[in-house]
Amino acid sequence: MNSNSGFTTSGGQSADHPRENGAFPPGDAVVRFDAVGMRYAQAPEVFSNLTFALPRGSFHFLTGASGAGKTSLLSLIYLAHRPSSGGVSLFGRAVASLGREELAPIRRRIGVVFQDIRLLDHLNAFDNVSLPLRLSRNTPKGWREDVAELLNWVGLGDRAHALPATLSGGERQRLAIARAVVARPDIILADEPTGNVDPAMSQKIMRLLVQLNRQGTTVVVASHDPVLVAGSGKPVLHLENGGITFFPGGVT
Amino acid sequence: MSRLAFLDFSVPAWGRGGRPSPLLPRADPRDQVLVFVVAVLTFLACLTAIAALGANRAAEGWQADLVGSASVLVRPGPGETADAAAARATEALAGVRGVTQAAMLDREDAEALLRPWLGAEILRDLPVPRLVALELDKARPATAAELTAALAAAGVFGTVDDHALWMKEIVGAGRMARLAALACALLLAATAAAVIAFATRAAITAWREAVEVLHLAGADDGFIAELFMVRFARLGAWAGALGAAAAILIAAAFRLLGGTEGLTPVLPVAWSDLAAPLIAPFIAAVIGAYAARQSALGMLRAMP
Repeated sequence: MNSNSGFTTSGGQSADHPRENGAFPPGDAVVRFDAVGMRYAQAPEVFSNLTFALPRGSFHFLTGASGAGKTSLLSLIYLAHRPSSGGVSLFGRAVASLGREELAPIRRRIGVVFQDIRLLDHLNAFDNVSLPLRLSRNTPKGWREDVAELLNWVGLGDRAHALPATLSGGERQRLAIARAVVARPDIILADEPTGNVDPAMSQKIMRLLVQLNRQGTTVVVASHDPVLVAGSGKPVLHLENGGITFFPGGVT
Repeated sequence: MSRLAFLDFSVPAWGRGGRPSPLLPRADPRDQVLVFVVAVLTFLACLTAIAALGANRAAEGWQADLVGSASVLVRPGPGETADAAAARATEALAGVRGVTQAAMLDREDAEALLRPWLGAEILRDLPVPRLVALELDKARPATAAELTAALAAAGVFGTVDDHALWMKEIVGAGRMARLAALACALLLAATAAAVIAFATRAAITAWREAVEVLHLAGADDGFIAELFMVRFARLGAWAGALGAAAAILIAAAFRLLGGTEGLTPVLPVAWSDLAAPLIAPFIAAVIGAYAARQSALGMLRAMP
């Protein structure tokens, strides 16, 4: 678990909770939040003053009650929103200092499983999964075989030509996971990736994420499934009352 | 198959095989309203353009008819019959430069002109004046002064009417007709352009979610804008072609059925005018492409 030991945090109400201070060089954090707050329009802040860093190659669960801000926090990392205060750094670069054209390449390094799936309805399963590869500047040779293999792996090998509307909720979710990982991104953010799948598929998906993590991918999985989180033994980031708490040894 | 299949305005998805499927679908049922609106507007704009060309030709024709002809009223001198005087006048006028043809209207023709006004009874006893009808060289018509001089040289009493009096009015009327036709055509073209742009903007809002997914997956703004540009250019071209084809068909029917006796003298449409709508699909494509690009970029600007 050495790769996870570098986590640092300081959030609103987290002073009394377990925490650990940075044992890895700050430059090696792929995600760094510095006193980050976020609000939607004029609403009160979802969270404020969040400070933490995720080292390269780490694996974290993100937990918290519904509405605690799990999706909002992830959306700051996948660059769908800007923080209302504080600063976010990705791959050692402050997001606020980057121009619009510099953000797109960063987004291509982040694979996201959206909570609401967000497949392109007019593209079939194969085309949905291959989207990140087609947007990538260095698409590997034989990518078609990679996509086909990945579809097989998530159990949709025979549904390659099916449109999302004809797939079940679980099938769409598996498709979304395949799309998030197909281009071998540096960061994978999965927002409730096992919400619609059976326990066996859920285990399979977690094994895939762990395997990608072993190969160096930084993974954050937002989940409110206590069995899944506790069973993994992975460190946990817990959002509560607008602050963040770090449990390095997971929760039991 | 729906019974209303003939009302299907979808853009046909040609040439798909082999290549990866486009990131935006070429055909989408939601486009039908847009295709219909663009086709109808293009159709109206094309018909108006053809009508404007016809009006322009009609105005030219009015002037040419007047420029190309003149008439001379001949009065017989003492001891000479009206016919003899007219014959001498005709001979003299035929030799004038700028006159291509001179024809004497005999008593029968002259009476036919006057009969409706005076009645056959009165005409029998009246000395009916003779007319000489002249066809003039349109490039260099003989002037009234030249014709009068020729008559004087031949010793014939006559009055030349070169239509100068009418000419001014006809030129004015022609200019008005042309301006009106041009204004109508431009107004309709501008309206069509505005509505096409507006309808394209509206159609693109349906793609908001797809834009967001592409954006978050790391597609560049320019790349996304180009996807929409190409798609809506294709759609505009297809709809514009439908409208232009319909306009050409209608105008061709008009030209055929109008014939020489029908409507074409009023609005003389030439076969060559039917080529004007051919430019419409390109214009519709350019407008669609530009509107699509601007709307897509506007949508992206709202995303961080």
